[in-house]
Amino acid sequence: MEVLFGTVKELVALAEAQNKPISEIMIEQEMQITKRSREEIVAQMENNLSVMESAVEQGLQGVKSTSGLTGGDAVLIQNYIKSGKSLSGDLILDAVSKAVATNEVNAAMGMICATPTAGAAGIVPGTLFAVKDKLNPTRDQMVNYLFTSGAFGFVVANNASISGAAGGCQAETGSAASMAAAAIVEMAGGTPQQSAEAFSIVMKNMLGLVCDPVAGLVEVPCVKRNAMGAAKALVGADMALAGVVSRIPTDEVIEAMHRIGQSMPSALRETAKGGLAATPTGKALEAEIFGKDKAVSDTVNS
Amino acid sequence: MKYRSVFEIIGPVMIGPSSSHTAGAARIGRVARDLFGRQPEWARIHLYGSFAETYKGHGTDVAIIGGLLDYDTFDERIKTAFEDAAAVGMTFEFIPEEEEADHPNTAKIVIGDSQGEMELVGISIGGGTMEVTELNGFPLRLSGHFPALLVVHDDRAGVIANVSNAIASQGMNIAHMEVGRKEKGKMALMVIEVDQMFDETLINELKSLPNVTQVSTLAN
Repeated sequence: MEVLFGTVKELVALAEAQNKPISEIMIEQEMQITKRSREEIVAQMENNLSVMESAVEQGLQGVKSTSGLTGGDAVLIQNYIKSGKSLSGDLILDAVSKAVATNEVNAAMGMICATPTAGAAGIVPGTLFAVKDKLNPTRDQMVNYLFTSGAFGFVVANNASISGAAGGCQAETGSAASMAAAAIVEMAGGTPQQSAEAFSIVMKNMLGLVCDPVAGLVEVPCVKRNAMGAAKALVGADMALAGVVSRIPTDEVIEAMHRIGQSMPSALRETAKGGLAATPTGKALEAEIFGKDKAVSDTVNS
Repeated sequence: MKYRSVFEIIGPVMIGPSSSHTAGAARIGRVARDLFGRQPEWARIHLYGSFAETYKGHGTDVAIIGGLLDYDTFDERIKTAFEDAAAVGMTFEFIPEEEEADHPNTAKIVIGDSQGEMELVGISIGGGTMEVTELNGFPLRLSGHFPALLVVHDDRAGVIANVSNAIASQGMNIAHMEVGRKEKGKMALMVIEVDQMFDETLINELKSLPNVTQVSTLAN
């Protein structure tokens, strides 16, 4: 199996040498590895885009999870935007509410598209459907946004991890936010290198983030980590488009994320034994949902 | 390369809430069901690491049962898998294990019916992607680098030659192959990783070969 790129450095070099966007390199690699036609590959991504769109729409109508821990925040934020009082900006808040919408649907066992995981599924579509209103992309450009996100995610998944159980939340929402930042840059007309800078700027600010879900549910704090991931993705993309660069090259940032994940204690890697899950309220919520015995026996000091 | 396709990163389309604990778990269950070749009547599922700690919250249990009922990751019926299992007469039991496994998301699935039983160990490595690490006590090194064929067969002379001939006749190259058996003359297993994606023609041809009892695939 011959891959075209295994690192971000190789990905950017290819895009620059061939004067192609990163999304195009990703499509070409997918064709080469899976021996499928461009039409099939693009059609499958278009289907993923439609699933994301439906999830955002559903979440903006207001959903509630079975546990009752999450739901309805996407609607609150949309109403706040409409009030005209937002301080951080309508576009950022729109991305935040759409990221929240997706994760609220996920928590309610609705249908979503993992990007790169279900727990982090809000960030890529949340930013996409917010930026869409400003940049007016074609449907093809929206599909390309997903290929660009996927190209960076591919490098992370193979060189580090996209699993909270293996690398903490930095591997999930950290990867998703960095992937989204890179894709926003491409859609906004930035260069492949600027996409890489945006990725690095965001990932550097996600390093060390632990996976500590209350009661083991993909709800608290996952939904709000998607919200802030979407905000960071937009700010990181703007910084890169402004010409800000990362002193540490992208592949080294990814390697650092990998090593940090490996040294994280297991209590902070999706076992619901540390961090927010181990707070008095976190434990009380767990006891409420699953019964007292489990909460007591499962809690250890992190 | 643990991940081959962009659709392992942007995808799968799935029922929430967790790609590793729900979608990956459903896939482990489905591969087990696929390799068993029919609906099992009972299932005993041992969970390790993060799977053992958080399976209830993530719906790992309903997802694995859904997989054993042949549901895909995006099948809405995953939500009602417990009731559906009762309807088809499959009993099941979940056993959270204290023991540490090599990977934090590990499940050992033992399934069976009046005709036999099967044991599979799978790990969910993130984003809905899974790997099989053990089948009926045979350690597998299914890295997920390549599309793979799993051929369960009777341990007889010529079976391996027939299978590799069928693959060669499709113009396909074998990247890696392992053969193992439990006991001379009894059940054996071939794990074959190939360079390209294979199609139904090859799978049907392999199934029709003498002494081949089951063919399953693991494609990313």
